[in-house]
Amino acid sequence: MAQSGPQVILISGARKGIGRALVEHYLGQGHVVVGCSRRESDLRHDGYTHYCLDVADEAAVQEMFSDVAVESARLDVLINNAGIASMNHVLLTSTAKAKEIIDTNFIGTFLMCREAARLMKKNRFGRIVNVASVATPLKLEGEAVYAASKAAVISFTQVVAKELASFGITVNAIGPTPIDTDLIKSVPREKLDQLINLQAIKRAGTFSDVTNLIDFLIRPESDFITGQVIFLGGV
Amino acid sequence: MADRERIEQAVYRAVDELNKQLPKGVAVNKSPDAVLYGKTGKLESLDVVTLIMEVEDQIKAEFGASITIADDRAMSQENSPFLTVGSLTDYVAELLN
Repeated sequence: MAQSGPQVILISGARKGIGRALVEHYLGQGHVVVGCSRRESDLRHDGYTHYCLDVADEAAVQEMFSDVAVESARLDVLINNAGIASMNHVLLTSTAKAKEIIDTNFIGTFLMCREAARLMKKNRFGRIVNVASVATPLKLEGEAVYAASKAAVISFTQVVAKELASFGITVNAIGPTPIDTDLIKSVPREKLDQLINLQAIKRAGTFSDVTNLIDFLIRPESDFITGQVIFLGGV
Repeated sequence: MADRERIEQAVYRAVDELNKQLPKGVAVNKSPDAVLYGKTGKLESLDVVTLIMEVEDQIKAEFGASITIADDRAMSQENSPFLTVGSLTDYVAELLN
């Protein structure tokens, strides 16, 4: 059952980019926010706790969730935002890089969902939002492994939504368009413009486009919406 | 070697947690013969998932050990470890030792 008052929200990839924007957005609404990323965050706030970890490191992820269980005794929302990209032609992509992308983007999402759901289940309420990408439906050249890793996130979201529905947990995915973050800093301007031209609404995304959609998906009233993938920009 | 009685008590605590979540009138007894799953079992498959998860949590709390109960090994056993409370306890003891 949804708790009244501040919710406990866990966000991965919280140090910068979309994750950081989400942390600040939900702290601003008075929620308790737990963030994680591979490196330390410079954010200091009474309502914020940061963990330095790799989302694909099972022991570290489990330890973080044990702490959340002890500190807050519940988790209301998980936003699986941590992700890495590496733009390269498939013929030039190393196995090590492919594994790294799959580990962070998919295995990390799997682990975080599993541990979060175990905690959410006790309260029979939970909202999980996985961050996919428009790279999957747009089948972007140069992003083969990244797009495949996000395709895995989409399939996973759709199946897990069914497996967790009876526990009061919804699982949805969002597919942001390019937003000016470190993730796309190595993508040439011309490529980004081509990509934006494939959208129905031809502009770059903003952090508030993402927070608006996540706000909607995590509302207690959105308890009849699960297994959905919503792409921004009309992709 | 992990103490058999401590394992049994941990499994019983998991049964308590499960029973809190079951519909009225449905409960698993805390005895080795209590049937969990199968033709005469009272539990739905999701209840078994809940019980296994609770047992993993209780074992971690009691022994500090992370175990995965429902893996390929468990599924391929000739006699399923998920038939009774006793068979589940035996299987957990086997995993811990």
